[in-house]
Amino acid sequence: MTEWFAENIHFIMELLVEGLLIGMLYALIALGFVLIYKASDAINFAQGELVMFAGYIVVACINSLKVNLFVGILIGLAAMVVFGLVVERGMLRPLIGRPVVSIIMATIGLAYVLRGLSPMIWGYPTLEMKLPIRGMPWEVAGILVMPIYVVACGVSLLLLAAFGYFFLKSRSGIAMRAVADDQQTALAMGINVQHFFAVAWAMAGVVAVVGGVIWGNLLGVDNMLALVGLKVFPVVILGGLDSVPGVVIGGLIVGAVESLAAGYLDPLVGGGTKDFAPYVLMILFLMFKPYGLFGQEIIERV
Amino acid sequence: MINRECGNFKRTYQSDMALFPVPLQLYTIIAIVLIFYIIFPLLANEYLLTLGCLIGIACLGAIGLNILTGFTGQISIGHAAFMMVGAYTAAILNTRYGVGFVLCLPAAGIMSALVGSFFGIPSLRIKGLYLAISTLAAQFILEWTVNHWKWISGGAFSSIYTKKPDIFGWIPAAALAEAESMLRYKYYIIVILLGLGVIFALNLFRSSVGRAFIAIRDNDVSAEIIGINIFRYKLTSFAVSSFYAGIAGALYCFFYETANYEGYTIIISIDYLAMVIIGGLGSVLGAIYGAIFIQLLPILLDIFGSWIGNTFFGGAATEFLNQLKTFTFGALIIFFLVVEPEGLNRLWRNTKDYFRVWPFSY
Repeated sequence: MTEWFAENIHFIMELLVEGLLIGMLYALIALGFVLIYKASDAINFAQGELVMFAGYIVVACINSLKVNLFVGILIGLAAMVVFGLVVERGMLRPLIGRPVVSIIMATIGLAYVLRGLSPMIWGYPTLEMKLPIRGMPWEVAGILVMPIYVVACGVSLLLLAAFGYFFLKSRSGIAMRAVADDQQTALAMGINVQHFFAVAWAMAGVVAVVGGVIWGNLLGVDNMLALVGLKVFPVVILGGLDSVPGVVIGGLIVGAVESLAAGYLDPLVGGGTKDFAPYVLMILFLMFKPYGLFGQEIIERV
Repeated sequence: MINRECGNFKRTYQSDMALFPVPLQLYTIIAIVLIFYIIFPLLANEYLLTLGCLIGIACLGAIGLNILTGFTGQISIGHAAFMMVGAYTAAILNTRYGVGFVLCLPAAGIMSALVGSFFGIPSLRIKGLYLAISTLAAQFILEWTVNHWKWISGGAFSSIYTKKPDIFGWIPAAALAEAESMLRYKYYIIVILLGLGVIFALNLFRSSVGRAFIAIRDNDVSAEIIGINIFRYKLTSFAVSSFYAGIAGALYCFFYETANYEGYTIIISIDYLAMVIIGGLGSVLGAIYGAIFIQLLPILLDIFGSWIGNTFFGGAATEFLNQLKTFTFGALIIFFLVVEPEGLNRLWRNTKDYFRVWPFSY
């Protein structure tokens, strides 16, 4: 065993580093999901599509308006905030008080709309998101690391810290937590609940832009980009649906697990474990610890 | 179904409990049976027969999902995966063990029911959103397993080619000779099974089991207090729903004479969810309306879209049409949820209510 470990340590480290870095990027996307869930108890099955849509907007601005990346991102942010508000106003607000299945289905509908709309507007070929980051990998202690991952990781950590601070310290953040905890009590305390639903969707839009730029750079901007959204569920279940720190831990675990599974199981079973392993982990969590590592436990006998 | 419900005074318990309170209801059913069991299959061409078969299978699957989601209140985003279990069970039994079609069907249903109940176990601890995600996991795990386990998928492209559906070794001679008769034969099989499925589902909700399902949906805590064993009935609901899914999956596989995992992906699961939501949650007829609607939608969009393509784009724009389909599908789901959450079934009831005292509304 120790011999095997000594032989494989380098490989394991390589897989782990890559997995953890990618995990941070998953955390970035999952953050948007958690923000919406925290504020409005709504489940957003269209998170991946929001990321894709944001990526399309930024790339389209850069390509057709000939602006630089920074301005493109600013336009993207503005557009996605407006889009988030429109979705909240037009789709989610009429559904308040309806069963969960309605809200899930509505966001699935939104996902379909975005997946159909984006190529109709911007065409089918994959668009390239160019970032001013070197493409050659760095070598750290014998392990190759892509610079884009490191930058993206930094950005994710920054955003997560910012949102963590927002929820813990700022007045609006505390109000949002109150809304998430109990809508009626929040209303009684004079909090404008609907206002904070809208804020949550706008924030999800902001996160989607960051996710769209980074993931768009990694995978290229096309319809397949939305599939990143499928990784959101294992991440948020592991971390706990309403926890910002949980997103980071969940993302890291999912990244590491899928990377190790891909490295060791793929040769045995013939590929595809990358998409499969996180879900197995997730269903185990759902059976034994459904509220995740950091989620708020709602004790309820069903 | 189409009768106006007014001036119908019941004087005895018998008439209150009657299956058909008005003779017109009986005639409607007879007319429907006549049309879809005799007139349609005799007149329809190959295209219409294929469409009829696919709609029939979709109806069966949608009724199954509606039992779970609409009547018991448990969300499932893994319905297509349970159909896949049925399809591969039937295909493996049929090709490798030489089991006939008639026995393959219940076997497929039972296998699906077992797998479905297994994935229903998390529903005992979690509900709502968590259950949705756990069934989503079931979808991915089953899809992956079928695709990667060589014994199940049978190697290349994960396809298993089945034999033609036989009834204890008998296939009509005309069906073997001619493609259209084969379709007609398959159509009869599907429609007869669909009829049985509808009757079973309608009667299920006149029984104590069905009422327990509804009680769990309406309020699980109250249901437990009045003595309903939630554990048992939730799993029963998963099993019944998956049984329907298994039968539908097996029929789908025998219809194409191929079992292939591509017919049972997450997209199909979402299609089924859309069927029960657009049709109407908690209604057997609603599931049928929804299935017909979702199956016909791409065809209508095709006709409409090719008209747009010819008028505005001067020719075929297939890529554009595909995107338009996706877009319209999503937009319709949102539209129905926001505007008419109880679906087509409710629209039909509203129409009937309007005509209840028509033309003397005031």
